[in-house]
Amino acid sequence: MIFAEQTGGTVHPVANELLGKGREIADALGVELSAVLCGSCMEQDAQELIYRGADKVYLFDNEALAAFDIMNYRANIVALVQEVNPDIFLLGATPIGRSLGPRLAAALGTGLTADCTSLEVDEQGHLVQIRPAFSGNILAHIKTETRPQMATVRYKIMQGLPRNVERQGAIVRPNLVIDEPLAKLSRVPTDIEKQLGVSEAEIVVCGGRGLKKPEDIRMLSDFADALGGVLGCSKPLVDLGWMDKEHLVGFSGNTVRPRVYFAVGVSGSSQHLIGMRTSEKIVAINSDPTADIFEVADYCIVGDLYEIVPRLTAAIRESRERDETADFVCS
Amino acid sequence: MERVKFDTVAGRVDRSSAAGVVNPVDLHALEMALRIRDEHGGEVIVLSMGPQQADSALKECLARGADRVILLADKAFAGADTWATSYTLASAVKKLGGCDLFICGEKTVDGDTGQVGPETAEWLGIPHVNYVREFVSIDDQLKALCDMSDGLYLAEVKLPALVTVTRKAHRPRYATPQRIFAAVEANIEKWGAAELADVANSDNFGLRGSPTRLTKVVVPPVEGRKGEKLIGSPDDVVATLVERLETGGVL
Repeated sequence: MIFAEQTGGTVHPVANELLGKGREIADALGVELSAVLCGSCMEQDAQELIYRGADKVYLFDNEALAAFDIMNYRANIVALVQEVNPDIFLLGATPIGRSLGPRLAAALGTGLTADCTSLEVDEQGHLVQIRPAFSGNILAHIKTETRPQMATVRYKIMQGLPRNVERQGAIVRPNLVIDEPLAKLSRVPTDIEKQLGVSEAEIVVCGGRGLKKPEDIRMLSDFADALGGVLGCSKPLVDLGWMDKEHLVGFSGNTVRPRVYFAVGVSGSSQHLIGMRTSEKIVAINSDPTADIFEVADYCIVGDLYEIVPRLTAAIRESRERDETADFVCS
Repeated sequence: MERVKFDTVAGRVDRSSAAGVVNPVDLHALEMALRIRDEHGGEVIVLSMGPQQADSALKECLARGADRVILLADKAFAGADTWATSYTLASAVKKLGGCDLFICGEKTVDGDTGQVGPETAEWLGIPHVNYVREFVSIDDQLKALCDMSDGLYLAEVKLPALVTVTRKAHRPRYATPQRIFAAVEANIEKWGAAELADVANSDNFGLRGSPTRLTKVVVPPVEGRKGEKLIGSPDDVVATLVERLETGGVL
């Protein structure tokens, strides 16, 4: 069973990734793959989960569940799990998953492994939960002696399945209990709407310790803007207070899988690599030819980032302008 | 407010290294507790589970302003996963007769799971809010700002409750010299399994009570790529890279 989380009526894409992995495990064990979805007016989204691999979707559909309500989510899902008795229960390692998962585990008297990057089934049919530990230098293999075997799984690590509208499945609406909410969350409108997060971005420009002073981040954000990409950073820049943790790529921050990843002045510690090594293309710019980042890069530039980046920004701008002029001529 | 409690998971941070230090984010949790106490009264109690040496971390909490510190230390607690750790912490809170507010750091620097807070809330049967960055107000409910993945939220949670705070929350205050001297001399209150016997089932403590088992540790192989070295002047290198990315359909 997987937990499909939603905010504002949109199912988080980690749900498709959980279904992809869940399908593989369910087929290996010969069991059913189900999803649980809490929200309001989510019938169509429940159907989508079937197209993405679920055999059954347990849908708790109520206005009171539109926003994340820890205690009401918890009560209904605990009751469902106790009734259905799934062997395995997976959640995304997102703020909601990390908040809900531990409560469910404690209530169900079972273990929970945080932030898994890989899941396997051993010969006995037990779930092997694999997660980085000690800043990503080692991978710990963990098993759970109780049931269900629970894990939160990192976003952007597992592969979802292609949408298949031929897939058949059932939507089940279990009995629902709603209590007065004890913990209410309401969105605070901020001046600037939160920009696309680094974990969702198609293009990421990541700065590291090769930057000499905080003002130089401007140079990288110009580069990211020229590309239409999002700015990321490695851990030293967060520790120095130069950038916010939302931008952090690596073990203690975001996992990214963009179309192209630019590592600028990033040495490539194992804690960083774990968060970006699955990017489609990786470009590394570093003055140190022995930097570990070059081990995982597709294009390696040994050189001074202060010479390379401004030229690269200009070249990208020029290329984009050329394209726009071309479009204009054609239309 | 009768009591404000604060949890530091310091002992678990320092399993191997020498002196116990406070998990950095827990100092922000302590600061939030101290501010609430300073404005509204109450008592700040710091709870930590860890080895005997963790008392130095608790002395630091005293120096920074905590009213009382308790170290949960016992061989029976060793090897606990988050389930058993949270059970033990919750048992200590029950032993204290409950609390109005339980504040903890979002996660430790070693385990990095962030699970102990919400699990403790579940054992105590109280609501919780994660990722708090700023305390707003407190009466029969706590209002606080928290960061979820899609933006900033106002949380309104009925007391008693548990919150986990991030490093954006309230900058920790410094210890005063007088408090440091007092803390160095202080005798740290220690509770073991015996002290929790009337509120807890000792089968749930430590490794024995932990449902998860570490079965293997592997060093991840670095999967190398066929990296192409781009060589030449900065202008040449940039031109080659842009061409590669454009022909590759990446840009």
